[in-house]
Amino acid sequence: MLPFILKRLGLALLVALTVSFISFSLLFLSGDPAAALAGETASGEDVEALRRLYGFDRPMLVQYGEWLFSALRGDFGESYYFKLPVAGLIAERLQVTMILGVCGILFALLTAVPLGVVAAIRPNSLIDRVALFLSVAGQAMPSFWFGLILIVVFAIQLGWLPPSGAATWRHFIMPTIVLGYYAMPAIMRLTRAGMLDVLNSDFIRTARAKGAGEGRVLFKHALRNAIIPVVSLAAVQMGFMLGGSIVVESVFALHGAGFLAWESIARNDLPTVQALILVFSMFYIVFTFLADVLNAWLDPRMRSS
Amino acid sequence: MTDALLSVKNLTLSIPTGSGTLHAVRGIDFDLKRGETLSIVGESGSGKSLTSLAVMGLLSKTIKCQADEMRFDTIDLQKANRRVMRDLRGNRMAMIFQEPMTSLNPAYTIGDQLTETLLLHRKVSKAAARARAVELLEKVGITAAESRLSQYPHQLSGGLRQRVMIALALMCEPDLLIADEPTTALDVTIQAQILRLLVDLTREMNMAMILITHDLGVVARVADKVAVMYAGGLVETGPAAEVFSAPSHPHTRGLLRCIPQPGKTERGAPLGTIPGIVPSLIGDVSGCVFRTRCAHASADCRGPIPLRGDDSHAFKCVHADGALSAEGELA
Repeated sequence: MLPFILKRLGLALLVALTVSFISFSLLFLSGDPAAALAGETASGEDVEALRRLYGFDRPMLVQYGEWLFSALRGDFGESYYFKLPVAGLIAERLQVTMILGVCGILFALLTAVPLGVVAAIRPNSLIDRVALFLSVAGQAMPSFWFGLILIVVFAIQLGWLPPSGAATWRHFIMPTIVLGYYAMPAIMRLTRAGMLDVLNSDFIRTARAKGAGEGRVLFKHALRNAIIPVVSLAAVQMGFMLGGSIVVESVFALHGAGFLAWESIARNDLPTVQALILVFSMFYIVFTFLADVLNAWLDPRMRSS
Repeated sequence: MTDALLSVKNLTLSIPTGSGTLHAVRGIDFDLKRGETLSIVGESGSGKSLTSLAVMGLLSKTIKCQADEMRFDTIDLQKANRRVMRDLRGNRMAMIFQEPMTSLNPAYTIGDQLTETLLLHRKVSKAAARARAVELLEKVGITAAESRLSQYPHQLSGGLRQRVMIALALMCEPDLLIADEPTTALDVTIQAQILRLLVDLTREMNMAMILITHDLGVVARVADKVAVMYAGGLVETGPAAEVFSAPSHPHTRGLLRCIPQPGKTERGAPLGTIPGIVPSLIGDVSGCVFRTRCAHASADCRGPIPLRGDDSHAFKCVHADGALSAEGELA
């Protein structure tokens, strides 16, 4: 197990380094940062002055090296717009996003996995149909629309929940449902397919022949094997939720990191965008790494590969 | 026979399909005493495996199972509830399957899977269960048994995995062992070893064994009794020695003729086959199902088929001698 983890860790670091380089260089491809910073009315001299001030006149690799070295120490520079350290800015906004993302994926997993299991135990039953309907509806409904419907019903009509903001835990209920429901259908269908497949396998018959009860057969013998692809999917979904919850964050006026990314792109706030891309990519890398480790623990065959 | 460990009378298994009911097993009888080995022989799809799964109570819910009697020791298997069946399975009756490569759970160690059976049925400590697992792994001829416990199925060869499956089946010292084509997926050199092992172990533990196979060579070596199945019905039953020396049903003779014999079968000569294919068992099935492939079929074969012979060696055929006289001596 340990050699496997070390190998995957090395691989993850390599990917992280590559991603950091890409995220750094991408922004140089989007135009002259000094000109963007100076604004439309600035003279050529002003732009040149800014270029020297921010060091844009140096070779790109030198700038990258400097940026990466600072980033490793948690220093992402200063936001052009807020005039504040980017690290603090992101850390503050990330809290909301993290809470939302963790709640969202938990909501998705806690509804999708049991539903998928039940649907697989009784294929084509009423509960299977209901689960299928729920997942089709979830896949078909745009998040912003579903969010608005929830606000109309639960905040405006019934007055049960606050419509927007992030002040209390009650503010997070609707965003969690919207974000989680977006990830739920794929997880549910994958759980169902995996369980159906595993329940037909020979080792399940062996477990029954041992005299194991249904619960033991389902959860100890079947689910452990069926859940493996779900783990990989959930890791990607989790990364997506942390980086891509922009729509949900704006519908519910939760000022999280996704919202900050959108704002910063609109404002040409280069250091913030760079840092956010890096942070979001790191989430993906960390979650896929964790998923790989978890899967290797679940399935011993993966440890040797 | 009242001293039988397992007694099955008129077992019928039907599977509803889109185009009508599939009569997979139709009215078969057999019984088995402690220490006895019954071999159920037949072609693929003749209902052998379904019959054994019915005894274990492992049939899929879509299959309808009926019988005049299905009794294990003093327990009526038809009336037994799920809890009783669960207590029997793995404990007093155990099964070995055809596919050693896929019959073990890939996610757990050999040790986990072996001890699970014992821990499910007996109040023993984990350490005691492990000790028992080591003992049995040694018994089934696995070297370095202790270290195997921490290995996973994918680290073992097919032959080793089948040995593990046998050890698994024996964890609770069952009274009845059902081996469903235990050697089919293994290569020939391993086949003989596994078979030898099964025979020795059943003797040593005084177990009853149902050995399901399509390989008559296997039967001849190990079985006390033989039941020949064809397309869901029993065509001939009897003591192994008698069935082999005096096969009465044309199908049994057909099967025997398919085995090439060293010295007797001419080199380069075509191997024996039974012409034709198994008939569809969907819808009403009447008369002798073998008639479509039998050289001696007559109009009478469509009607009711009498059971001939005596209590120990019986066969079902319209011909009084099973048409043996019409065939001459068996080659």
